[in-house]
Amino acid sequence: MAQDGIGASVRRKEDFRFLIGRGLYTDDIKRPGQTHAYILRSNQAHAELRKVDTEAAKRMPGVLAVFVGTDMEADKVGGLPCGWLIKNKDGSPMKEPPHPPLAIGRVRHVGDPVAVVVAETREQAKDAAERIEVDYKPLPAVASIAAAIKPGAPQIWDVAPGNTCYDWHIGDKAAVDAVFAKAHHVAKIDLYNNRLVPNAMEPRAAIGEYDAASGDYTLYTTSQNPHVIRLLMGAFVLHLPEHKLRVYAPDVGGGFGSKIYHYAEEAIVTWAAPKVGRPIKWTAERSESFMSDAHGRDHLTHAEMALDKDGKFLALRVATNANMGAYLSTFASCIPTYLYATLLAGVYTTPIVYCEVRAVFTNTVPVDAYRGAGRPEATFLLERLVDIAARDMKMDPVAIRRKNFIAATAFPYQTPVALQYDSGNYQATLDQALKAADWAGFEGRRAEAKKRGKLRGIGVSTYIEACGIAPSNVAGALGARAGLFEAAEVRVHPTGSVTVFTGSHSHGQGHETTFSQLVADQLGIPFDNVEIVHGDTAKIPFGMGTYGSRSLAVGGTALVKAVDKIIAKGKKIAAHMLEASEADIEFKDGKFTVAGTDRSKAFGEIALSAYIPHNYPLDQLEPGLDETAFYDPKNFTFPAGCHICELEIDPQTGTTHIAKFTAVDDVGRVINPMIVEGQVQGGVGQGIGQALLENCVYDKDGQLVTGSMLDYCMPRADDLPSIGVATHATLCAHNPLGVKGCGEVGAIGSPPAVINAVVDALRDYGVKHMDMPATPMKVWQTIRAASPKQAAE
Amino acid sequence: MYEFNYQRPKSLADAAKALKSAGDGGKLVAGGQTLIPTLKQRLAQPSDLIDLGGLKDLAGIKVEGGKVTIGALTTHAEVAHSAAVQKAIPALAALAEGIGDPQVRNRGTIGGSVANADPAADYPAGVVGLGATVHTNERTIAADQFFTGLFTTALKPGEIVTAVSFPVPQKAGYAKFPNPASRYCVVAVMAAKTADGVRVAVTGAGPSVFRVKEMEAALGKNWAPAAVDGIKVAPANLNQDIHASAEYRAHLVGVMARRAIEAAG
Repeated sequence: MAQDGIGASVRRKEDFRFLIGRGLYTDDIKRPGQTHAYILRSNQAHAELRKVDTEAAKRMPGVLAVFVGTDMEADKVGGLPCGWLIKNKDGSPMKEPPHPPLAIGRVRHVGDPVAVVVAETREQAKDAAERIEVDYKPLPAVASIAAAIKPGAPQIWDVAPGNTCYDWHIGDKAAVDAVFAKAHHVAKIDLYNNRLVPNAMEPRAAIGEYDAASGDYTLYTTSQNPHVIRLLMGAFVLHLPEHKLRVYAPDVGGGFGSKIYHYAEEAIVTWAAPKVGRPIKWTAERSESFMSDAHGRDHLTHAEMALDKDGKFLALRVATNANMGAYLSTFASCIPTYLYATLLAGVYTTPIVYCEVRAVFTNTVPVDAYRGAGRPEATFLLERLVDIAARDMKMDPVAIRRKNFIAATAFPYQTPVALQYDSGNYQATLDQALKAADWAGFEGRRAEAKKRGKLRGIGVSTYIEACGIAPSNVAGALGARAGLFEAAEVRVHPTGSVTVFTGSHSHGQGHETTFSQLVADQLGIPFDNVEIVHGDTAKIPFGMGTYGSRSLAVGGTALVKAVDKIIAKGKKIAAHMLEASEADIEFKDGKFTVAGTDRSKAFGEIALSAYIPHNYPLDQLEPGLDETAFYDPKNFTFPAGCHICELEIDPQTGTTHIAKFTAVDDVGRVINPMIVEGQVQGGVGQGIGQALLENCVYDKDGQLVTGSMLDYCMPRADDLPSIGVATHATLCAHNPLGVKGCGEVGAIGSPPAVINAVVDALRDYGVKHMDMPATPMKVWQTIRAASPKQAAE
Repeated sequence: MYEFNYQRPKSLADAAKALKSAGDGGKLVAGGQTLIPTLKQRLAQPSDLIDLGGLKDLAGIKVEGGKVTIGALTTHAEVAHSAAVQKAIPALAALAEGIGDPQVRNRGTIGGSVANADPAADYPAGVVGLGATVHTNERTIAADQFFTGLFTTALKPGEIVTAVSFPVPQKAGYAKFPNPASRYCVVAVMAAKTADGVRVAVTGAGPSVFRVKEMEAALGKNWAPAAVDGIKVAPANLNQDIHASAEYRAHLVGVMARRAIEAAG
């Protein structure tokens, strides 16, 4: 292994500019003549917009323009589109209400954009926004799934009776019901998977610019996928041809899914730029992020597992209500369906699964993918239910898992819910984690903790997820309105250094390092001779961007394919230069060699020859050394693993302290172990956040109670344990690197491990389940309800 | 942030004058840890912001005559890290060390904290629990008379806190149950055995800091953690929010009181 090749923990090359404060984030960009936009947002959860009077605002100092929804409508601006069509049980399409960038006629959640003020400064824009008079006629609101699905509930959309977006299912209900009817035991759970606010460190921002001379538009934006934004905004919203629209997502400070989507503000500043005649910048304040970034999770679920007398899983039956919020965000519809129900087999041989999902509109911020996206919800449900089943059957939670694992020899394994797993070894990750966590010694530690008055618990989760979205034809058949390939261009310069243009987007993942390692390793050139370019549609080939842990599995594979083309062409050039047959040329460690001889040409010599083709087969080969590859994955990848959480509860206060967290993840081949460890730690941090701390709360009238960091509890360093991370690789069977993806495993595997441990800690109190987050008050109330006498002590 | 007149007086007298002449629109700023975020969110619109930062005499810690006197502009970090405070009243240093985060502790001041009288702030429990005296440019105010309610104090218009003096107790302990998100006090208790008797002050639980006389009486007879067992605070008038119900807060008062006494030794 080279010092900086595949498998080396190379320090992240991008960190230097971040550490010296020289990253370039959207808000750092100052365009000549730049103006500032402020969005006036609804303070009502649900109201008729009777009048929006902007006259006084327009007269305020520094104000250049004020626009409302009807101005955009008059310009035939389209609504923000949804990228995935889900069909109802009866085959009819889901309900897709319009999503105008600025509200028209009605506002449907607190934070819904009502008007935009463009002024010389942001403060002037805010001053003027206070002079906009909005005449709201309040309407009754529904702020939760439970409220929205009640008979007679207020209706948010005329086109969506019962506030239902779709009523979808997967599996054979009758067959599943028949198994349940004869089952030895049925384990049950009712749970609410808590709503989360993503809170990337960098708030969203956008700059719209129009060049009247060329007719070119530029959007600078905080996006995970600039080409997707260009396609959606250009084709569906603003009707701009793609060759006249550049979308540039420079350094982006975290996304976690929340920066996948096409947001109203992007369309607003791009649309308004030519009207104002100057570039327009908008940057969210943190409180705006809370009420305008797409939220995550928010499922209400009833699930049942049928078991035989030995604890073998016979069937799974799940009914989920998923909150969509007030509008359909870009990928909202596919999260609780194809990224959720398809994972319900887990790592188990459950032969038959039925899941029905009703997507529900509420007067809340739209809900979409957030780190893990559907898979954390599936994993939480399943791994809780398995623990409940074990408890019901008086079985050990590890033993019941082992009994039902898909065998390491069973791959490829076809699940009953559409997916085909290509590789894995669930026994191995479990064994490795049990050992690292000293599972066997737990009861001794529990007894010791009891002497200190603490309740110690341990919980295990053996999860699987699907990454590397996705084979385009499969996704298309399931309703995707986009392809899901990835693109890469490898441009070799005459002196042998390389610039890589990738369609993947790095917003914290460290692609500049991992991809450089990959290319340096494959071409046998120094790590420092590789530059990675991403994020700018004016530079990169059409790429689908970064989400769903797809960058290495899909983007990295495209990169390998482009490198392969470079090597293939290099062999032709070398054969000519070395006067040998192309078939006899071998490429290794940066050298093209005639097999069995010491005659060779270095990579740099070949590159130079490609651009100065004096001794070159020009009649057979084009000059230049610059190759592009598009790769459409053959299948999803399936990272899996085992997370174990050990914690202590203070019964006096209900406070939970995590004593030890062990993660053993199979993410396939690891390119940079340091980056993988960081990804897993970050994901586990967010998973622990969901399990113990984070909770987005609306009151019954639809006001956002947790609208700031004062009430929304993000995990901090002192909330988290030192997280033990290890990997156990089985290689992905269908991509050349054998990689699976590591971005989300932490957030997927950890929440059920934590809650299983909380429930275990409370085993003497007869607690069967606790919804997330297990806050101190909730734990204390649970203890008190179970045993008032003990709690009072 | 709305526009305001910024003033930076060089003397206490000038500051008082500026505050009086600004009338209702005048606002003092010391560390600014509450006021600046409030201004940035446009939740306050003072006509005049009078920055006390130039009044260097108002910062500093003195221990003499059985008292720890802390100037109003002394930061939480300075109190927390003061060897003199750690020696004389370790519970007070511990209280200061647990306020907010390092950034807040390096900017926030004791004068600003007591004058703001946030019901979830730490210092009110320290001031009342230790039987401190608040010094102003006009007079001295006993702790028990200083905090009068939710964000309200006995300070009159134009009056400026200059220092807080804490009599050194025989024993004192502080225990805090922080809000998981904001790290303000859900419930925190300062328990002290002083020359004038036992004091138990609770912050975070109610609209304003309050004493628990029943616990004080029990501890007066027997200074031991077990002495407060079974003494309940009624939840009726306590705060409640998504993090803690009134019942939970009432329960935590008992737990934190016991832990404060344990910390005091």
